[in-house]
Amino acid sequence: MQIYLPIAEMSVNVFVILGMGWGIGFLSGAFGVGGGFLMTPMLMFLGVPPPVAVGTGANQIVASSVSGVIAHTRRGNVDFRMGGVLLVGGLLGSTAGVWLFAVLQRLGQIDLAISLSYVVFLGIVGGLMFVESLQAVVRSRRRGSRSRNGAGRHSWIHGLPFKMRFRKSKLYISALLPGAVGFFVGVLTAIMGVGGGFVMVPAMIYLLGMPTQVVVGTSLFQIIFVTANTTFLQATMNQTVDVVLAILLLLGAVIGAQAGAQAGARLKSEQLRVLLAALVLAVCGKLAYDLVATPEDVFSLVLEAS
Amino acid sequence: MRPTPNRRAPWTIAAVFGLMSGLLAFVVLVVAGAARAQQQVQPLVADLSKHLVAITTAFSGTDVLLFGATDGPGDLVLVVRGPPTRKVVRKKARVAGLIWANRDSVTFDNVPAFYQVFASRPLDKIAPASLYSRHQIGTEHLTFTLADKSVTDSFVPGFRAALVRLKKKQELYGSRILPVTQLANRLFRAELHFPANIATGAYRVEVYLIRDGDVVSAEITPLIISKIGLGAEIFDFAHNRAALYGLTAIIVAMVTGWLAAIVLRRN
Repeated sequence: MQIYLPIAEMSVNVFVILGMGWGIGFLSGAFGVGGGFLMTPMLMFLGVPPPVAVGTGANQIVASSVSGVIAHTRRGNVDFRMGGVLLVGGLLGSTAGVWLFAVLQRLGQIDLAISLSYVVFLGIVGGLMFVESLQAVVRSRRRGSRSRNGAGRHSWIHGLPFKMRFRKSKLYISALLPGAVGFFVGVLTAIMGVGGGFVMVPAMIYLLGMPTQVVVGTSLFQIIFVTANTTFLQATMNQTVDVVLAILLLLGAVIGAQAGAQAGARLKSEQLRVLLAALVLAVCGKLAYDLVATPEDVFSLVLEAS
Repeated sequence: MRPTPNRRAPWTIAAVFGLMSGLLAFVVLVVAGAARAQQQVQPLVADLSKHLVAITTAFSGTDVLLFGATDGPGDLVLVVRGPPTRKVVRKKARVAGLIWANRDSVTFDNVPAFYQVFASRPLDKIAPASLYSRHQIGTEHLTFTLADKSVTDSFVPGFRAALVRLKKKQELYGSRILPVTQLANRLFRAELHFPANIATGAYRVEVYLIRDGDVVSAEITPLIISKIGLGAEIFDFAHNRAALYGLTAIIVAMVTGWLAAIVLRRN
């Protein structure tokens, strides 16, 4: 069944879009990532213009994140205080990122910047997670118990001012730390057009030392507001949010998110991290290959408003 | 006292007349047109099955029938031209011997969003190239203009060829031989296909009647392609009230996510 998308100005198969939404929602529920890093490339592969894919993807992630946060709140897995601090940094960071995006666009290298940031960050994040979580799986197999990932360490980080107590996360750290993480992820969000969960989740685990159970819900909580901000900016500046496409995607996604949250609850956190790492590395590999491989056609066509 | 019925009367008669003898009215119009052009008979008449293509939510491409008549044998060339747009053609090159990145680009103006040529025979057998160049028939005769005059001429042809090739790949440009059907050398019909990725705007359908390498007669028919219904309203909303549209999109997303969480919990 075909449907015409009024903003993307193309017609697509309804069931393909619904299925895509389900898959993205599942990831969102299971791993606490928005799924934008998969959705944007997949929409572009279907022929949706990149700006529409980015703007609409952000809108859809708002819905699946709301749904995911509600599911996680019921289990008490959201640290709202931590989320709030991350959010302040995130909003500042995405504002800076929008400015950086405009500069890169003027230089005509935004496509390359997007691809390179995907490859670099997906590669680093995926690689680190994969190695660490594999070790954790091996350890837990051997001893039947899981070791904490370096949260108890004392270093210069603990000497920073503005210390705050995050009870849910069992942390007493400087607010500057999650603020900086939020800012950095916010910049990436604007450039890469994603929620930033795939960077945020590992940063929360490895940099802040938060317990994995709390990480997913808190990341989703923060993502709601960052993607809502992106949706608004894209809608007002570029008119690239296609509500018809977004509604189809989110119909699939909200169902997928619930299934994902249940699957995520059943899996051990180490297993969860191995799977997420494998997924991130797969996407990274594909994008890296596209950058290096000789393109099918060296020419490309872009429509410009005259 | 009541001028309205009086004024309406001739129209009513004309309407009835038209309904009863549509063909006769058609001939009268043709003759009237021919008389103005100081000719005995109009050598070519053509029309479309519809002058408005509505892009609705269920739109997945459409066919428009072009039909008409000529005053005798001759070759027919049909050209469908979309509204002019600006297109940027980018070329990738290897950077640092490893990564492919966009390097050079050329911006063209006056690029028809859609361009199709149909002919009864191969074009080069119908008329000399000079005729096609004069009427911009055939993709090689389209005159794109350069948006940036400083571009060196030497590499423009490669970009121009790439533009046409990419448009052909999207099925937006093309030239075909077959689909013009001529009946008894007088009547002709052609099925014009518009794919789902078509741009909206004012299109022109041109019909040329060519004899002995010269255009005997030409007919231009407008065709409007526009969004209709819910799709059109969403498009207008998004463009005219962007801030409100953005907020609406966010609220819709939040409510949907919230509803889904509630509904699915109950199940």
